[in-house]
Amino acid sequence: MIAIIVHAVTITLALVGGLFFLAGTLGLLRLPDFYSRVHAATKCDTVGAGAILLALAVHVAPHPEALKLIALLVLVLLSSPTSGHALARAAHDTGLRPWRRGAEEAP
Amino acid sequence: MNTFFWGLATFLLINAFACLWRAFAGPTVVDRILATNVVCTKALLVLALLGLAFERSLLLDVALVYGLLNFGITIAATRFLETGRLKGDWQA
Repeated sequence: MIAIIVHAVTITLALVGGLFFLAGTLGLLRLPDFYSRVHAATKCDTVGAGAILLALAVHVAPHPEALKLIALLVLVLLSSPTSGHALARAAHDTGLRPWRRGAEEAP
Repeated sequence: MNTFFWGLATFLLINAFACLWRAFAGPTVVDRILATNVVCTKALLVLALLGLAFERSLLLDVALVYGLLNFGITIAATRFLETGRLKGDWQA
């Protein structure tokens, strides 16, 4: 019974993570501007990686490898938003203009 | 459960290859740095999944080092951009 619940939680969390990764990839490929792309890619990557790593940690739970997976999860949760924020701030400080509707026609 | 891990890793690899197109064709420098960051995150997850599928706990350590290198590379490239060593093509 416990094994079935653990498997169900693992598969659900991993599928949610995969869905978030698909959304992040679509956003990175389709959105028109760097700022919107960094918004989509950073948030979807953080939540997707967090969900998949949490699923793996639940899957191996009594084993001490779960602690390593939790450390990996904390690392991703700390580093991914920091990287996205630093990238967007560097682009904004060096003067990259945000995209506006109808701005492609103007030089 | 191993089949599920293999399928998820394959799906993440397809996503990573789709993100490589943005690294190749991105109009600005920051797009390429962002795409590299995203591909590194997906490779970290693929390493963790394969480490569980093969039951090699060594691959989890490799994934940990990969995440730290990913963060360092992104912050270093951002500092290059901010200090003016690396010019974006929107700058004069």
